[in-house]
Amino acid sequence: MKFSLTWLKDYLETTATVTEICDALNAIGLEVEGVEDPADKLAGFRVAHVLTAARHPDADKLQVLTVDTGEGDPLQVVCGAPNARAGMKGVLGLPGAVVPANGMVLRKSAIRGVESNGMMCSVRELELGEDHDGIIELPDNAPVGTSFADYHGADPVIEVAVTPNRPDCMGVYGIARDLAAKGLGTLKPIAIPAFAGRGDCPVEIRTDDPEGCPAFYGRVITGVANGTSPDWLQARLKSAGQRPISLLVDLTNYLMLGYGRPAHIYDLAKLSGAVVARRASVGEQVLALNEKTYTLDDSMVVIADDAQVHDVAGIMGGEDSGVSETTTDVLLEIAYFDPVRIGATGRKLGLASDARIRFERGVDPEFLDEGLDLLTGLIVELAGGTASEVVRAGSPPDEAKVIAFDPGLTLRLGGVDVARDEQQRILESLGFVVGEGWHVTCPLRRHDIEGAADLVEEVVRIHGLDTVASVPLPRTEGVARPTATPQQKLERGLRRAAAASGLNEAVTWSFLPEWAAEHFAADDQALWVLANPISEDLKAMRPSLLPGLLIAAKRNADRGAASSHLFEIGRRYFRGQDGLSDEKPTLGIVLAGEKTPRGWKTGKAQSFDAFDAKALALELLEAAGAPTANLTVMGEAGPQFHPGQSATLRLGPKTVLARLGMVHPATLKAFDVDGPIAAVELFLDRIPARKNAAFARPGFTPPALQAVTRDFAFLVPEALAAGDLVRAVQGADKAAITAVRVFDVFAGQGVPEGKKSVALEVTLQPDDASFKDAELKTIAENVVAAAVKLGGELRG
Amino acid sequence: MTDITNQTQAALDAIAAAPSLDALEEQRLDALGKKGWVSLALKTLGGMSPDERTAAAPAIQSARAAIADALDAKKAALETAELEARLARETIDLTLPAAPARRGSVHPVSQVMDELAEIFADLGFAVATGPEIEDDWHNFTALNMDETHPARAMHDTFYFPDKTSDGREVLLRTHTSPVQIRSMLAQGAPIRLIAPGRVYRSDSDATHTPMFHQVEGLVVGRDIHLGHLKWTLETFFKAFFEREDIVLRLRPSYFPFTEPSVEVDVGYSTEGGRRVVGGHGDAPGHAWMELGGSGMVNRRVLEFAGIDPDEYQGFAFGLGIDRIAMLKYGMNDLRAFFDGDPRWLQHYGFSLFDQPTLSAGVGAKV
Repeated sequence: MKFSLTWLKDYLETTATVTEICDALNAIGLEVEGVEDPADKLAGFRVAHVLTAARHPDADKLQVLTVDTGEGDPLQVVCGAPNARAGMKGVLGLPGAVVPANGMVLRKSAIRGVESNGMMCSVRELELGEDHDGIIELPDNAPVGTSFADYHGADPVIEVAVTPNRPDCMGVYGIARDLAAKGLGTLKPIAIPAFAGRGDCPVEIRTDDPEGCPAFYGRVITGVANGTSPDWLQARLKSAGQRPISLLVDLTNYLMLGYGRPAHIYDLAKLSGAVVARRASVGEQVLALNEKTYTLDDSMVVIADDAQVHDVAGIMGGEDSGVSETTTDVLLEIAYFDPVRIGATGRKLGLASDARIRFERGVDPEFLDEGLDLLTGLIVELAGGTASEVVRAGSPPDEAKVIAFDPGLTLRLGGVDVARDEQQRILESLGFVVGEGWHVTCPLRRHDIEGAADLVEEVVRIHGLDTVASVPLPRTEGVARPTATPQQKLERGLRRAAAASGLNEAVTWSFLPEWAAEHFAADDQALWVLANPISEDLKAMRPSLLPGLLIAAKRNADRGAASSHLFEIGRRYFRGQDGLSDEKPTLGIVLAGEKTPRGWKTGKAQSFDAFDAKALALELLEAAGAPTANLTVMGEAGPQFHPGQSATLRLGPKTVLARLGMVHPATLKAFDVDGPIAAVELFLDRIPARKNAAFARPGFTPPALQAVTRDFAFLVPEALAAGDLVRAVQGADKAAITAVRVFDVFAGQGVPEGKKSVALEVTLQPDDASFKDAELKTIAENVVAAAVKLGGELRG
Repeated sequence: MTDITNQTQAALDAIAAAPSLDALEEQRLDALGKKGWVSLALKTLGGMSPDERTAAAPAIQSARAAIADALDAKKAALETAELEARLARETIDLTLPAAPARRGSVHPVSQVMDELAEIFADLGFAVATGPEIEDDWHNFTALNMDETHPARAMHDTFYFPDKTSDGREVLLRTHTSPVQIRSMLAQGAPIRLIAPGRVYRSDSDATHTPMFHQVEGLVVGRDIHLGHLKWTLETFFKAFFEREDIVLRLRPSYFPFTEPSVEVDVGYSTEGGRRVVGGHGDAPGHAWMELGGSGMVNRRVLEFAGIDPDEYQGFAFGLGIDRIAMLKYGMNDLRAFFDGDPRWLQHYGFSLFDQPTLSAGVGAKV
């Protein structure tokens, strides 16, 4: 809502300054979004008196003026306007002033060799109108030297944001009422120009849809002369950002913007028969004022005559029956429409209008007769004509809400103690009626008031939210208790652990381009795609954290980054039961580019390999408290991974805690990014919660006796997984063997075809007595036997 | 006599001239070895009479001692020289760069969420979470926005084509407020929680991204009022920005889920082109900035959430996490938050050691 200070003062008797008014508007919940003071633009322009005018010595069309600015010696000014002449008064821009129309800064200059100390301005240059035929001519009594802004009466324009619950403030009058309640002045009564209604309305008016249109009032005015609006009306509409169109149209806009009351005027000559509010029939069409044709359905209310639809009720009038310059007889419509239906129709048609927004939020049901009289009076006064009596079809809602209000609630809910008589004053100034025993009757225009809490809000916002004192929340005794859930602790810990491993935490979009999501979706999963995405790139919910990180890694590489060490903790989105979502907490890692750059010591740049991924996966699982010693390394990391360089880490055969490895070349190609890239995905919902966690650790004393190591080298089938060999050897003597380390893997010269050599260092920890030779021999035999079982043989 | 003296002097000269440990060893063997002349001379003492021995022994003994001392000293000198030579050979250029340790980083949004959790834990608030893909009942209806509510249209909601088995619309939550509903339904009253997380609106420009982060706060109790809300927000912002001069301005506003509804502004000044929170917004050089919405929970919302509104009342607030992160840590472009650019992440991210604590301060300064 935009309005000028003058317009506000039409309704509010006040001496408050613009600043005071704006502060009050903010305080009562009408947020000031901006104040535009034309005086700011007119700084440096003055009322000036042209003393002499002579021809420019070197230019036919220019004159050299001497101008009295009210102070000091007269200034010499060069001017090209044909109407510049000695004795006239006009507007002079002094050096330093900025011309509003073009932003030019005025300077002392020489024009064709003659010094000029300013500029005499036209209407257009000051953005006060279109006229540019000559400079502004002011009346003889204009005071020379006065700032032109003051002389012109520049009118500040205030823009406020009206919240959707306050349609009563979608007219300047409603804003004036709120300000009066706040104590900023006195609300003036609505002035309705006198007119006499003569004769019955010659047009039959009906509402055939009392649900959608409970009330439809009308009146005919004959013999009007449409034309341009008077200056006062144009100025007010312009301040609201509306372009004046014609007197009749402007007056309906004035009623809407001034009083929050949309109305419509039909050209009577273009109507035939009864004018009826009814449901549209399916497929019925209307050409609206915006010159677009809309196809309607039977949920929509229209105003129609015998021949056609003339109005999408409460939203937009029809092109065919609008008023024009030649209109002489008009039908005025003022109606009350069901807000829900207006909203639904507007959304269906995708049609927004000033009328819709007011009807949708709720206009004042008590302002039909008065609004119609006001509009009629203004038309008769300004456009002439003879008005008929009003014809009324139906009636607007008239049941006022009565709320049993306990004024003590203002303190209990609002936290501020407001005297009862002040509470009553506030409510009454807003139009509430405080009856016996604090039964408060609400004005019908306040559709937002539902109960006592709303009345507390009214009292507190007018009394001043700044009077609410801060009151500490009660504290529980002692030190605050821990509140984090195990899941939250897990994520916080993992985040810091991943950062400790040199990874940068990223936050990427939850939605992906469809192809990227599809690439990572499992075969049996249908993607979850938005019905109304904001772009093709942000469309399908991510089934994995890796595509988003790959896209980031590609972007980084394209910008010349040598590497991306990225991780993200977030959710993957799947369909759950009952159509709800199943969101799985996940940690994704992408390692792209150089693991280490080329260096004087390390030689060529090194890229990431699958063991970098494995190391991170194990490290983070360890940090998450997963039983990493019990994990098995298995395959099936997914088709997005290199089939020979990827793995899953599982607890038991089914529970996959992580997948890791090198990204498949096809995936790299799909994401248009250079490899090799290593990736990890940890499935945080699969990590078992710690059972019986306690502060005390299990008892432990470091063994007193020194451990011994024995090395073994086995020839094993090439396909044997080293992990299987290690596990078998570890199991050869569970008590004595505390560690098995692979220190060499070799195939090639000296190793038979189809075999590889795996060398193990086995650590043996004696318990309470050192190993005897015979014991060591037995253990060694068991180790060898375990390897033989897997097809291995001890190398000589 | 003279023989011994001469011989000794010759040996000492040879020792002094020995160029290496090997040469020195030769000299040792020559003099003190089993067949060395000093050893042989010592042996001759056995065949002498006591008088002869008394006369001859001192010279031989002192020759032996002098040579042994010289050998030791020369050996030490040669060893020192050899070590010095080796060390000289081993000299490296330490102006060469050492291998840099990679530093990881924590995203500002995560850091601020940790800070929020730490501050609010002290005030007795738990951290609650909920699904990001919601149904319209939890996201709108239970928050007092029925199907026809104009505010629904203002939310720029992302919808899915699906319906739940209850026939509800499926959408991306437009705010963290549905977590209020779920938490109240699950836990009842009294309750104190914050709910940080991702939220989504179909909006994109320099200051809006279609995905962003919000934190919801909810307190329900028997006699919670607007004054408690004001105190809680003031206390939070003082702790968060670690400044005592935080001034909040509450303005009446409208949210369907609160009544009364309050917009929260904070006073700030502009220093070096940056907004610095603190001071009264009406003071010279200061202004007000919107931080979020809040209010007393609408009794209809309590009813929807299964709480008796005649017994309990409470307040709720919502703040933009990205926004307060930007204010505190000085970023100016929201879109960069979601870009995954390592340069940005290193610059604006946090060390793993910046874990917020009350004793060290919840913020991380540079």
